[in-house]
Amino acid sequence: MQSFTMNESFPLNAWYAVAWDVELKNELLPRTICNKALVLYQKKDGTPVALEDACWHRLLPLSKGSLRGDTVVCGYHGLEYKSDGRCSYMPSQETINPSACVRSYPVIQKYRFIWVWMGNPALADEKLIPDMHWNDDPEWAGDGQMIKVHCNYRLVVDNLMDLTHETFVHSESIGDRNVAEAPFDVHYDEKTATVTRWMKGIQPPPFWKGQLNRVHKHEGDVDRWQIIKFEAPCTVNIDVGVAIAGTGAPEGDRSQGVNGYVLNTITPSTNQTCLYFWAFSRNYNLKDQSNTTELKNGVAHIFSQDEDILEAQQKAINENPDREFYNLNIDAGAMWARRITNKMVEEEQETKIDAL
Amino acid sequence: MRYRNSWIDATVVAIEQVAKSVMQIQILPLNGATECYTVGSHIDVSVLIDGKTEIRSYSLVGEYESNTPYIIAVKLLPSSKGGSKYMWSLAAGNKIRISQPTNNFELSHNTNDYLLIAAGIGITPIIGMAKTLKRKTGLTVKMLYAGNNKKEMPFLEELQSLLGVDLMLHYSDAQGFYNTTKLIDLASAKTQIYLCGPLPFMNAVRKTWEDGPFENSNLRFETFGASGLFAPQDFLVKIPRFDLQIKVKKNKTILQALEDAHIDVMYDCKKGECGLCQVDILEYSGDIDHRDFFFSESEKGENDKLCACVSRVANGSITIDTSYRGV
Ligand code: FES
Ligand code: FES
Ligand SMILES: [Fe+2]
Repeated sequence: MQSFTMNESFPLNAWYAVAWDVELKNELLPRTICNKALVLYQKKDGTPVALEDACWHRLLPLSKGSLRGDTVVCGYHGLEYKSDGRCSYMPSQETINPSACVRSYPVIQKYRFIWVWMGNPALADEKLIPDMHWNDDPEWAGDGQMIKVHCNYRLVVDNLMDLTHETFVHSESIGDRNVAEAPFDVHYDEKTATVTRWMKGIQPPPFWKGQLNRVHKHEGDVDRWQIIKFEAPCTVNIDVGVAIAGTGAPEGDRSQGVNGYVLNTITPSTNQTCLYFWAFSRNYNLKDQSNTTELKNGVAHIFSQDEDILEAQQKAINENPDREFYNLNIDAGAMWARRITNKMVEEEQETKIDAL
Repeated sequence: MRYRNSWIDATVVAIEQVAKSVMQIQILPLNGATECYTVGSHIDVSVLIDGKTEIRSYSLVGEYESNTPYIIAVKLLPSSKGGSKYMWSLAAGNKIRISQPTNNFELSHNTNDYLLIAAGIGITPIIGMAKTLKRKTGLTVKMLYAGNNKKEMPFLEELQSLLGVDLMLHYSDAQGFYNTTKLIDLASAKTQIYLCGPLPFMNAVRKTWEDGPFENSNLRFETFGASGLFAPQDFLVKIPRFDLQIKVKKNKTILQALEDAHIDVMYDCKKGECGLCQVDILEYSGDIDHRDFFFSESEKGENDKLCACVSRVANGSITIDTSYRGV
């Protein structure tokens, strides 16, 4: 039987978000990704760099050294590395050992995130970056954060794939009985799993009531949707919103509503920690910076409630190493997500193309 | 990157002569499981020379495929220290000891313009690179493959069908030593160059790059011992501090001869890269055949020191001092 509880695995042949673009400067930033210590920085011309954070010489983390222009200088004996990982200076000798280098990882800046490919660099294809365009699309406005959560990344994906928990974890903002009671559909393909839930003709929860009232001056019943889309191995984009009840939103006309995307990509750091990048983008009040701040703070508060639950869950898993989860109907989305990711991991291990 | 070697037992599953003096050897670990590797990797093989085990490194030919033996190709070098003779003596079914694959010659994927340069048996790490690069789209991949003549150059047809007109061939028996300055025309500032071949050829290419317009660090090369400017011969080494005179046989190194005489010398890489085995040259006759990559050309010209693990003397003898200062 496959274990849901203890499976901490992740594929290496995938793009992982490692930083918000604004986090990267012309200075050394250490980050552990997929159990590997990396050092990140931005070159003078703005391109991002990701190197292994261990000196070729005696393994001191390069992040303990310094950056001179685009060159990394080791903080121990002064070996220098170019942005492609090649050593360009060795002390007290006229030549450079031809094998001296540190691993450099394919890295791309896109959708306001910095993405790194941890597996076989020959397979790194920009087209495989998960679609998170709402994060820098001019028709959408928003912002977000990165939080380091002390749990395996899969637990965060589980959390996002089933929003029934809103009713119980986030009851004062977005959760109410309607979410827990509404039926939902689950679909999947090779790389994605989607959970769709429509709650028609309901009273909106406090958060959505406020948003809709701002734009459409409406306080009555709404049709509410949550369309959760997982893309393997760790991205979950959630299309959420409400529209004035009966104005055709379920059929595709959302003009009488407000729409947001909760963008999430959860990068495995160690087996027991992850870097959780999220953002909330909306398609209304685009110029209203205070709305952006309010939403960012609101979502940050909601996610801190999740963080609390997830860290406690990880702790309980560790304390009960012989226990398996039970799975309910509501877990279908999370289970498809896990199965798709497991397939990626298995295929990679079969062909071993992740070889480093 | 340096990893601790873990040694495993393996079987020679097939041998096949793929060119006049090149034997292709397929090796499968006893447990049947090859480890995944990236192009440019090598394995170490424990070889038997005069009853003593030594370690030789051989590049893995081609790209990793699961459930497929490791493939290496060994050129029979009559002047070598005996490693190639041992490898050529292997037959299918023989047991040998090998290490896990390690890569000191890693292909970077951060450009779209590549120049691969192989001479002689230096083709072994390069062929896998050509395959990997050709599978990606949007890249310019050019290659020079030089050798004595067609008969001595393995994998020719495979490369021709892979690279077509982007493969340039040079036969030095007919055309003489390749003029490496021509390579500059094949490159631009963003070209990454991967080079492997015999020492004089690599030195010529390196000099071309040092004198040329492009960034030196774009030229990556892998060394494999055993080649110099002169064929190896026996020579005498005097070490006055120990009141000793020892003979270095043509299939031995100075380092080995010193060790056999119980004189301690520090070393690490044993392939002329780290410089730890350097000794002082007090006097010499004939020519010093510097075979290392540690000293610069001007340091080599001064003939004050040499790397005992690879460098030799031709047509003469040498007097050296080690770093021992006890009484
Ligand atoms: S450990 Fe980095 S220079 Fe020595
Ligand atoms: S031992 Fe490294 S150069 Fe001789
Ligand atoms: Fe939540």
